[in-house]
Amino acid sequence: MEVFVQQLINGVTLGAVYGLIAIGYTMVFGIIGMVNFAHGDVFMISAFVALICFMAVTALAGMTGGAVFLALLVALIVSMIVTSLFSWTIERVAYRKLRGSFRLAPLISAIGMSILLMNFVQVAQGARNKPIPPIMRDTISLFEKDGFVVAISYKQILIILVTAVLLGIFWYVVQKTPLGRAQRACEQDQKMAALLGINVDRTIAVTFIMGAALAAVAGTMFLTYYGVVVFSDGFVPGVKAFTAAVLGGIGSLPGAVLGGMLIGLIETFWSAYFSIDYKDVAAFSILAIVLIFMPQGLLGKPEVEKV
Amino acid sequence: MMMEAPAREPVNFAGLLKDAVFAAAIAFGLFSLMLGLKTDQTLNNQMVLVPRPGLLATVVGLVFIGRFLIGYWQAINAGKIKKRKAAATPLALKIEKYGTAAFVGFLFVYPMMVLGTAGPSGAIKWIDNLGIQILIYIMLGWGLNIVVGLAGLLDLGYVAFYAVGAYSYALLATSEPVKEFMAGAVGPTFWPLWAFWICLPVAGILAAFWGVLLGFPVLRLRGDYLAIVTLAFGEIIRLVLINWVEFSGGYAGISSIPRPSFFGVPFNATESGFAATFGLEFTPIYRTIFLFYVILILALITALVSTRLRRLPVGRAWEALREDEIACRSLGINTVNTKLTAFAIGAMFGGFAGAFFAARQGFISPESFVFLESAQILAIVVLGGMGSLLGVVIASILLVGGVELLRELDFLKAYFGDNFDPAQYRMLIFGACMVLMMLWKPRGLISVREPSVFLKEKKAVSSDLVKEGHG
Repeated sequence: MEVFVQQLINGVTLGAVYGLIAIGYTMVFGIIGMVNFAHGDVFMISAFVALICFMAVTALAGMTGGAVFLALLVALIVSMIVTSLFSWTIERVAYRKLRGSFRLAPLISAIGMSILLMNFVQVAQGARNKPIPPIMRDTISLFEKDGFVVAISYKQILIILVTAVLLGIFWYVVQKTPLGRAQRACEQDQKMAALLGINVDRTIAVTFIMGAALAAVAGTMFLTYYGVVVFSDGFVPGVKAFTAAVLGGIGSLPGAVLGGMLIGLIETFWSAYFSIDYKDVAAFSILAIVLIFMPQGLLGKPEVEKV
Repeated sequence: MMMEAPAREPVNFAGLLKDAVFAAAIAFGLFSLMLGLKTDQTLNNQMVLVPRPGLLATVVGLVFIGRFLIGYWQAINAGKIKKRKAAATPLALKIEKYGTAAFVGFLFVYPMMVLGTAGPSGAIKWIDNLGIQILIYIMLGWGLNIVVGLAGLLDLGYVAFYAVGAYSYALLATSEPVKEFMAGAVGPTFWPLWAFWICLPVAGILAAFWGVLLGFPVLRLRGDYLAIVTLAFGEIIRLVLINWVEFSGGYAGISSIPRPSFFGVPFNATESGFAATFGLEFTPIYRTIFLFYVILILALITALVSTRLRRLPVGRAWEALREDEIACRSLGINTVNTKLTAFAIGAMFGGFAGAFFAARQGFISPESFVFLESAQILAIVVLGGMGSLLGVVIASILLVGGVELLRELDFLKAYFGDNFDPAQYRMLIFGACMVLMMLWKPRGLISVREPSVFLKEKKAVSSDLVKEGHG
């Protein structure tokens, strides 16, 4: 029971990170129908930007408690801005011209972009693991039984809180603002939306920016939680987040978060009760099983095939 | 509507300059942290930031100049009305036909040419690193072309079958029980010499079996979903190979895999070796040349089989399936069998290539079968122009060969200092090429296809008219 609660806490934290990345996949797929393969690497870049910012601020202000908090805040904001810029540029350079072209062209372009980003970071920042000094190591003990302490760390509280707040803001933007309405209109029918005076190009660009900003939150949280990042960190979380998006029903925002949580929980429980070596196999198997038996996902709409 | 040739407008330099400044500002935003500051570790493992203002300024400057030049080029070409090229000419098909024949002829004399010009020691690099490497990718590209180009099934996990082939050969050839059994049955020298030739078909059959096994559950999926599930299968196979140490050796892989023999004559310096048997002086180059011809023949078999299959009922069913699955089903084509044969035959050639790869390297580990390989093979098929055999050849030479040649650029060290390592930029350039080639030619280099059925006259079809573009 104690192990279960502890793993539940860990799983929800991990799930929050996956859910934030998954939103980027699901929104882009919903609006232009492409798998943005480079999204995982955008997430990795955001972690690097946060790392550099964090190091710059702590180098100036020291490693005291207040300075660390300030550094994290600055890292989060700068990372969101810079990552959005990256995502915007990628869409502008590599995808916009291929919209409406041959179906495989944007996918290949995205795979190329993913390879390019990963190797850019490797060349620019080196291939070694980049650690940050351990921060916020304090934990709160929730309860104790037979010597096993169930604890939640400040990091985990921070991650879950920030995720919840940002999802709330994001939900409000998509559901209640003109921007969100334009996005949903483009999702349904781009040509009709354009006829009604919606700037489709700009709406799609904003979608990429929003996805990247949430990925940047995930990246900063990932860095805070694990304390280390390396240039190849984009691929596996990227594929798992995509799995989460598919599991929840691609195109559905609550689905992406739900899927992220499920993948995070499955992964932690699998590691805790079965074998840590096969945790990625478990995640990939779930992806395959879900797509085979339930292609529309948990909260997605079934796709009707028309002649 | 009347189209008058518009008078050339003067180039708007202020606008160009504005665009270039905007691009430079974006580049500054992108790179000020990622390039301008480098994270480094000091000797006592302290992380420090090293500022690199010079590098940042250079990159931003290059973006500024690049954007300006592109804008200028677009501006001076803006007035010209592009002539729409007649999509498909018989000439293009003729070039493909004779070009292919000439290229195959060239490949057969290539090792001799290199041997003549570079000598036995210099030639190994050109035949092995360049020739064999490119041919492996050509073969994989042709194999995947059956699945993606002909049947229209987007497979992102092709490397799984390559791995199945490689591990089948490696495990069978190095397994003790098999060795003992063979030693008991036909004598101790038989198995090490003939292992490759016996295991090659076995590897192909096993890979085809895995193709069916992995193809069966994904029969209902299409497009991007299919791509992602096949990606997942490819990763699962790789992760199992890493973690199931007793079976596959894990990360350490399998080493001392027997090399192929010249049909029973080993390539070594002994009395019964290849060189001694044919009265030649021993050098390792003979094995390399032999391997070159083996993969060349294997690749040509792949090409031959796929061109012949296109004209058989099953090949036509593949192409029909690619165009419209519902129409296919209503015409009574068994889509299950059609898809499974495509998966199986594509996988079989992947398995052959894998067995050859294991035999050539003598060592394999899961590191060789990462997702990047699948992406690379798919990129070759798509960049070449789906369905075009010659396109695959051109794309492999450009991508694999071009990137291999970067290793030869050591002279650049004279300009950029000794720390400059061109090979480091290999994959960076590879990724950039993928993006740029897609932007330049989204349908691939050779986007013309030859119809396999025609009325009266054979007309080439532009791939713009082929369905998978709209699917």
